[in-house]
Amino acid sequence: MCLAVPGQLESIHEVDGTRMGKVNFGGILKEVCLEFVPDLEVGDYTIVHVGFALSKIDEQTARETLEAIASLNNLEEELGPGDNSS
Amino acid sequence: MKYLTEFRDGELAKKLFVEIASLVTRTWTLMEVCGGQTHSIIRNGIDQLLPRQIQLIHGPGCPVCVTPVEQIDRALAIAALPKVTFCSFGDMLRVPGSHGDLFQVKSQGGDVRVVYSPLDAVKLARENPNSEIVFFAIGFETTAPANAMAVYQAKRLGLKNFSLLVSHVLVPPAMEAILNAPENSVQGFLAAGHVCSVMGYHQYPQLAKRFRVPIVITGFEPLDLLEGIRRAVLQLEAGQAFVENTYPRVVSLEGNRPAQDRIAEVFELTDRIWRGMGWIPKSGWRLREEYRGFDAEWKFELPDLPVVADTVCRSGEILRGTLKPNRCPAFGNSCTPRTPLGATMVSSEGACAAYFNYGRLIDLNLKSVPEVETASCPA
Ligand code: SF4
Repeated sequence: MCLAVPGQLESIHEVDGTRMGKVNFGGILKEVCLEFVPDLEVGDYTIVHVGFALSKIDEQTARETLEAIASLNNLEEELGPGDNSS
Repeated sequence: MKYLTEFRDGELAKKLFVEIASLVTRTWTLMEVCGGQTHSIIRNGIDQLLPRQIQLIHGPGCPVCVTPVEQIDRALAIAALPKVTFCSFGDMLRVPGSHGDLFQVKSQGGDVRVVYSPLDAVKLARENPNSEIVFFAIGFETTAPANAMAVYQAKRLGLKNFSLLVSHVLVPPAMEAILNAPENSVQGFLAAGHVCSVMGYHQYPQLAKRFRVPIVITGFEPLDLLEGIRRAVLQLEAGQAFVENTYPRVVSLEGNRPAQDRIAEVFELTDRIWRGMGWIPKSGWRLREEYRGFDAEWKFELPDLPVVADTVCRSGEILRGTLKPNRCPAFGNSCTPRTPLGATMVSSEGACAAYFNYGRLIDLNLKSVPEVETASCPA
């Protein structure tokens, strides 16, 4: 039950003065409370847990993490290309 | 960007496996704190693909699992009361108390319902003014903002028929208790990313320093977990122990301020009993005095119920990380996800369920391989 999953905010509405939104999780739409992430905008990705948005996913940071992993210099690769690279 | 597929990339994962293997010079024991991380590790076979020198111990980070029998017994007693509608997250229904579980209360006529969010319970309270709606508020820091908001809303709406049975627990005191235990073998932590998304991670540097353990804030996808492991191993091999955040797309140092404010308004620190780990001081939250009218324990004035100790289930050892699930004699025999004997097999995030659902049925000293059952896992 403690899992929190990423989804994309599709629309924003209000219920009794509370900011709510519809979040798309790979095709499944769920109503989510947006009170804790007030700057979330339509199109943003967010981490949702038991019906609450907890954090906006930072797209640039996500890219940087992936790039850092991709640029890891494995020993194998360092040695590999030397002789047989064309 | 969908933030899932990119962090499951096989080529990048291979890179990380190779990198980790090239770093390791001796054995290291790491604990992933969160049950969601345990599931991802087992489901993706990460534990089996890592170099043999790296041991992963599964932590106590499954709220369903650590909720003690005492609190389950209170839930059973309240749920059986007339005019009470008892709401809970689904996994809690099959966790055994001293005498049965919530499913049994339901089958005997109790009004027990599964909800997705605590706000669903608030809605029920509005729609059913003649019923007492009680929500079983279990969880770590990740779930606390939602539960705090539910109480806050109920107060704002003037609801008198809504209450919480609170069983909130906190991650840092549990990490400290693990490190303090005489049998501790944990040398580094993969800290629970989503707990940190709420609370930030300013509590961790003093733990890392005091116990000389690397604490790496880690996400839940395969690449996140491998990167967390790589950074922890890098520190260990270099004799360092500090806090690193490998999940910055979601976690910031200060965490989610609006969520922290709402929690502080509604909850205060309290001592709690944990299944498997016993009493830990200041390891949980309870409702503040101002919200007492919403506290089910206060509202229903339950007597102290005698706890019947379980003699078969060894989930306490599982939660302390001193026993691997497939070393429990009941595992896969009398205890399966269909016939769970303990919380760690009931919960979709429990380590026993993870081992069963992803085929870790044998350990070296277990000869017979039980038939694989296809149990669904929402993870
Ligand atoms: S396998 Fe079943 S009986 Fe054994 S520790 Fe896990 S939940 Fe308890």
